[in-house]
Amino acid sequence: MKFMLMMNAPRGDGDWGVKNWKVEELKAHIGFMKTFAQQLKSEGALVGAEGLAPPGQARVVRASKTDQSPEVTDGPFAEAKEFLAGYWIVDVESPEQAYAIAARASVAPGPGGKPLYLPIEVREVMSAPPVEP
Amino acid sequence: MSAPETQQAPFAYEQLLRELAPQVLGAVVRRYGDFSAAEDAVQESLLVAAQSWPREGLPERPRAWLIQVAARRLTDQIRAESARRRRETTLVNDALPEDQWAPAPDSEQEPEKDDSLVLLLMCCHPALTRTSAIALTLRAVAGLTTAEIARAFLVPEATMAQRISRAKQLIKSSGVGFAMPSEAERDARFAAALHVVYLIFNEGYAASSGDSLQRVDLSTEAIRLGRLVLRVQPDHAEAAGLLALMLLTDARRRARSGPDGELIPLDEQNRSLWDRDAITEGVELVSRALRRGEVGPYQLQAAIAACHDEAASAAATDWPQILALYGVLQQMSDNPMLTLNRAVAVAMVHGPNAGLELLASLDADARIAQHHRLAAVRGHLHEKAGNISAAITCFQNAAARTASTPERNYLLMKAARLRDRSN
Repeated sequence: MKFMLMMNAPRGDGDWGVKNWKVEELKAHIGFMKTFAQQLKSEGALVGAEGLAPPGQARVVRASKTDQSPEVTDGPFAEAKEFLAGYWIVDVESPEQAYAIAARASVAPGPGGKPLYLPIEVREVMSAPPVEP
Repeated sequence: MSAPETQQAPFAYEQLLRELAPQVLGAVVRRYGDFSAAEDAVQESLLVAAQSWPREGLPERPRAWLIQVAARRLTDQIRAESARRRRETTLVNDALPEDQWAPAPDSEQEPEKDDSLVLLLMCCHPALTRTSAIALTLRAVAGLTTAEIARAFLVPEATMAQRISRAKQLIKSSGVGFAMPSEAERDARFAAALHVVYLIFNEGYAASSGDSLQRVDLSTEAIRLGRLVLRVQPDHAEAAGLLALMLLTDARRRARSGPDGELIPLDEQNRSLWDRDAITEGVELVSRALRRGEVGPYQLQAAIAACHDEAASAAATDWPQILALYGVLQQMSDNPMLTLNRAVAVAMVHGPNAGLELLASLDADARIAQHHRLAAVRGHLHEKAGNISAAITCFQNAAARTASTPERNYLLMKAARLRDRSN
């Protein structure tokens, strides 16, 4: 079964204030994420992963009700408390395995090298209909 | 058949097949007419060869072999088509006898040369979107498989196959024939083709920091295409300029990123890692082209790259020369990215404040005002001028705007280093 593991970043300073981190803290975090992706790949669990560009460039698009042309506004929605920073899609045998992977991502190091305990949203990916007997 | 070779053989066959692809396609299209069907048939013949040559050895006349296999596929297709039509309309439409497809003894010296060019101009036709043109060029002219192209662009194979087949449909419906464009449009068509090759090169340059183990290297493919263009148009100064620019840029590849994929800026690169052969070839190409006197943007950019590549150290760079070249370049095109690069040269020659002054003129230019590179360059110039807190803010702004992970990491790190130092 496939799961999408979504890493949500808080609004405000956005990316957990990375811009105020020290050189060594940044290095540790970048190294962690790189190793994590490699591990998922060698474990045969990784289907895909993408990081998203910073939310300052996000736009919300709706079709115009008059001629269905794109109506573009700045995004993300003002009321949102957090935004999607990136995701992994993993192929595993049980939800528990997906939770275990999410927990590993959650402890990515932050300031002082301490775990960030990031909230990771885990959602199952819809699959094809079951095979008929 | 010669004896099968060992070890490096698959690689050598692959190179040969890519080399032969446009020649074979040209020959088949010329005889058959239908570009789209011919292209499919040639692609199949390449796949057959990739499997059978390493096993059975190289045929005596590889090109003729490929032409024959492709032609056979086409006649099979015609037979199937006409059989279907016979059933439907009882129209008798005999397939051409197979021997008619047998390749002529190597009589294709000149047309083959033109064929590659006609193919390239066709694949880069302005009626196509640039993404379609890139995909079609890589398949029909560079001889890559759809799977290889898909992997190189990190999209699913079915998506890439669809992109290529739609491009071929568009070529068909827009009535672009397999012929050299008229004198009147040749220059513009040629410029469009050079642009596509350069886009392929840049795509490879940008993607090279990712997981590249099983991916075709697009920069290498673009350089190969650049060589092909120059071979068929040896007197074209901009074709020489483009090849030189690609060689001189690619020469720094090994020095451009560190062990973990982190970006290393030009002035901090280990110059002993630069590819001397590529630099020598690029410098010769661009010098010869410039002497001819038909100066163009690719030659000028190559000349600038040559200034960097020939400097023994960052400090030894001939910045006045680079500044002069940017001056000429800017007279040819109104591109804010050029102003940005020129500002760096201005700063190196006349000091960081002069560079910052030039950058200020870009704030009113909507094409670049919000671009991360403007903020990044401004950060570097502020750093040089000793305005550390302004530099930190600029690097942070740039990091928040770039969509490239290695670049964002580099910019964040740059800001963090300055902060750590000033604390």
